[in-house]
Amino acid sequence: MGIRFVLLVNKQGQTRLAQYYEHLSLDERRALEGEIVRKCLARTDQQCSFVEHRNYKVVYRRYASLFFLVGVDNDENELAILEFIHLLVETMDRHFGNVVSSNTPMIQYCEDTLT
Amino acid sequence: MDLSLNPFSSGTRLRDMIRAIRASKTAAEERAVVRRECAAIRAAISDNDQDYRHRNMAKLMFIHMLGYPTHFGQMECLKLIAASGFPEKRIGYLGLTLLLDERQEVLMLVTNSLKQDLNHSNQFIVGLALCALGNICSAEMARDLAPEVERLLQTRDPNTKKKAALCSIRIVRKVPDLAENFMGSAASLLKEKHHGVLISVVQLCTELCKASREALEYLRKHSVEGLVRILRDVSNSSYAPEYDIAGITDPFLHIRVLRLMRTLGQGDADCSEHVNDILAQVATKTESNKNAGNAILYECVETIMGIEATSGLRVLAINILGRFLSNRDNNIRYVALNMLMKAMAVDTLAVQRHRVTILECVKDADVSIRKRALELVYLLVNDTNVKPLTKELVDYLEVSDDDFKEDLTAKICSIVEKFSQDKLWYLDQMFKVLTLTGNFVKDDVWHALIVLISNAPELQGYSVRSLYKALQASGTQESLVRVAVWCIGEYGEMLVNNISMLDVEEPITVTESDAVDALELALKRYSVDVTTRAMCLVALLKLSSRFPQTSKRIQAIVVQNKGNTVLELQQRSIEFNSIIQRHQSIKSSLLERMPVLDEASYLLKRAASSQATVSLTKSAPSAASGGSLKVPNGAVKPPPAPLADLLDLSSDDAPVTTSAPSTAPNDFLQDLLGIGLIDTSTAGGAPSASTDILMDLLSIGSYPVQNGLPATSNIGSPGQVTKHAPGTPQVIDLLDGLSPNVNAAYPSITAFQSATLKMTFNFKKQPGKPQETTMHASFTNLTSVTLTNFMFQAAVPKFIQLRLDPASSSTLPASGNGSITQSLSVTNNQHGQKPLAMRIRISYKVNGEDRLEQGQISNFPAGL
Repeated sequence: MGIRFVLLVNKQGQTRLAQYYEHLSLDERRALEGEIVRKCLARTDQQCSFVEHRNYKVVYRRYASLFFLVGVDNDENELAILEFIHLLVETMDRHFGNVVSSNTPMIQYCEDTLT
Repeated sequence: MDLSLNPFSSGTRLRDMIRAIRASKTAAEERAVVRRECAAIRAAISDNDQDYRHRNMAKLMFIHMLGYPTHFGQMECLKLIAASGFPEKRIGYLGLTLLLDERQEVLMLVTNSLKQDLNHSNQFIVGLALCALGNICSAEMARDLAPEVERLLQTRDPNTKKKAALCSIRIVRKVPDLAENFMGSAASLLKEKHHGVLISVVQLCTELCKASREALEYLRKHSVEGLVRILRDVSNSSYAPEYDIAGITDPFLHIRVLRLMRTLGQGDADCSEHVNDILAQVATKTESNKNAGNAILYECVETIMGIEATSGLRVLAINILGRFLSNRDNNIRYVALNMLMKAMAVDTLAVQRHRVTILECVKDADVSIRKRALELVYLLVNDTNVKPLTKELVDYLEVSDDDFKEDLTAKICSIVEKFSQDKLWYLDQMFKVLTLTGNFVKDDVWHALIVLISNAPELQGYSVRSLYKALQASGTQESLVRVAVWCIGEYGEMLVNNISMLDVEEPITVTESDAVDALELALKRYSVDVTTRAMCLVALLKLSSRFPQTSKRIQAIVVQNKGNTVLELQQRSIEFNSIIQRHQSIKSSLLERMPVLDEASYLLKRAASSQATVSLTKSAPSAASGGSLKVPNGAVKPPPAPLADLLDLSSDDAPVTTSAPSTAPNDFLQDLLGIGLIDTSTAGGAPSASTDILMDLLSIGSYPVQNGLPATSNIGSPGQVTKHAPGTPQVIDLLDGLSPNVNAAYPSITAFQSATLKMTFNFKKQPGKPQETTMHASFTNLTSVTLTNFMFQAAVPKFIQLRLDPASSSTLPASGNGSITQSLSVTNNQHGQKPLAMRIRISYKVNGEDRLEQGQISNFPAGL
């Protein structure tokens, strides 16, 4: 799969959940999150959901106050990733009720299985 | 918050900790909470607390996710994994995948546990192990555990199969050699019904194809029909609630299968034939009003473009893209632009049809779309549509925002360069771009512009006038100022006298002092940088020769920079000042028009230098420098240092080694010098060759303006490549050409040299009078003390007549900071029979004492 990472971020830019599928050190992660989150949060609703960052793409979608960001390789099908995000959200919704305040290890386990 | 209950013992539940962290109002508060928790966890770990271990790990994982260091928990994970219960194992494996990565050596300890768990009777535990392995295994672990995973691919439980397939993907990725082991199982698993398994297996097949050619071939033979069948089934299937998304059954499976088809069909006509029908079916049947449908269509189009499809299919694909492009949803448009770029390779004509829409997209509000559209436009440009397209782009340049301007400028410049058939149009576009966004224009772009201008004599007048006008209008763009300044310096008289007007031009009145004004303004503006100022100084110098009346004023301007803190400017202003003041005679030849810069070899060198290494600075102009030393102005020169001092050029003998990095501008400069030398078979032969070099030295001095003399060192290094150690043979040639029409045949000599001073003679003969020779003597002071009351006397044999002109001064400044020149003329009545000989006597005062030096000159060149 060409997914590099999955981030859940709230409107203020705080990371709620971070799942990385490649190895980045803590500093790199923090820097990455800072940059990308800033870019995505600054976009309006009219703009498209894909942001190019360095050598990969970030596909994001907003659900109420939560932003779901998925970083993928350049050759991934972006629309499919959008669908994937939606699937993730629906599954978690059905499993946990309200996505925001929940048991995070369960989330991670779910994500691991799904991806 | 259960503050009353000592909340930070290991008894805190995960939920409470999360709540506490979320409740913190400031970052410091959050850090405090985390620190307390970590302390408690560490205490629990050292106590070897069994009961709450998994809870602590869960907390630790949450803390890790927030970005805090958690390495102290790694061993705990291993202990948890080794436990026998499912909940502990679950947290342990989860912690393993989160807190560790494949580079840690701790991982090796887990291999054994993993092996045992892979053989466990409980399917869920097997599942856990597979998951963990699939997320984090390293190459060695992969090798060790591959046989287990292979076996698990054949179990009956679909969940386990699925996980095993996913795990195999990672194994194959880490160790591509193992791909052949998985080929067979993968192909046979395509017959599965369970979608989860199917998706994983399809993904595994894709990975196998990437990993090994053998696998690719095998799968091509064995799996294509299976794939077609899968796709047909899934797209024809009726509503299946398990897999339905927005009315389409399992779009993910659709997409994965399409992608695998693409990998298999790429380059293989056979395979492509098989999938043609199903592709057509999917492309036409899929509804595109939902995102899921569009995703499938997108993948379908990509596949059609990727394989050897029939032309009918291709047309279908491009139509879909056209539909996407006019969709209102930005995502779809973005995706369409992306696809169109790939479609360019296949069918450019069809893409051209959408040119207008694409141009619209360049101006879109969305930055991602703009970027894509711009790239696409760049690919679309060809000879027929280049003019209107460029016009659109340049118009947009005015209104675009800053971070886009840079990209846009770069693209416009390269389009214009590639496709300009007509020099006038090229110049126009470049001037416009420079005026609008000169600050973003890269160096080699405007270098190329200058090369072009110098190669197009009929357009020089037009260029200089347009640039002058542009400069008046807005002089804030750096590159514009540089190009304008250079042109005004070079072609000043064209500007003032309206020479070679083109039909489209209106005459403008620019007086000489206007031109000088413009340059002065450019020089004084506070925002210009050193390179531009340096260029202004040179241009002023050139103008002082072309417009003699303004010479005084120019000198005044130049002198103002004498005390400039930047060494480069200071040096230039002092040198130029001295040229203007004292070397009137050579000034005009010094400041002649630059030689025509050879475009073809410049472009060649530029292309080569873009892959240059550092050594290129020395080697690239080797061809050029070979030419440089062929310049026939006389062979070996004596050490140049004192002569260099003559013109106040730096007397660094050792060439500057570290500076002059091999960036393109420097290469250009090297090439400029080299090329300038090659091309001067024209006017004036040797002296103009040498003067050109010096003009290059003066005009486009040094880009990486370091201290001192990158310029001379640049000249130095081509010279360096071939024979002579001293840095500036060409400079000496210049000095030989002190009198405007020097005769090349009589090289200058060092007539006399002592510890204190050095005397050089340069010779000139009148064409019709072989017996007469005019000589210029120049004296340089080698000490660090000034010599005063300098007097030179000479005695010659009876058959020679000598006449001595007055010397230029009688004070010789120290360390070669100035020099004295004196003219002599001799008539050799026995010309041809006896050579010239002379006795000399030099008297001077140093530190109040009188000194006398005498000598004999016998190294006059033959034939005098």
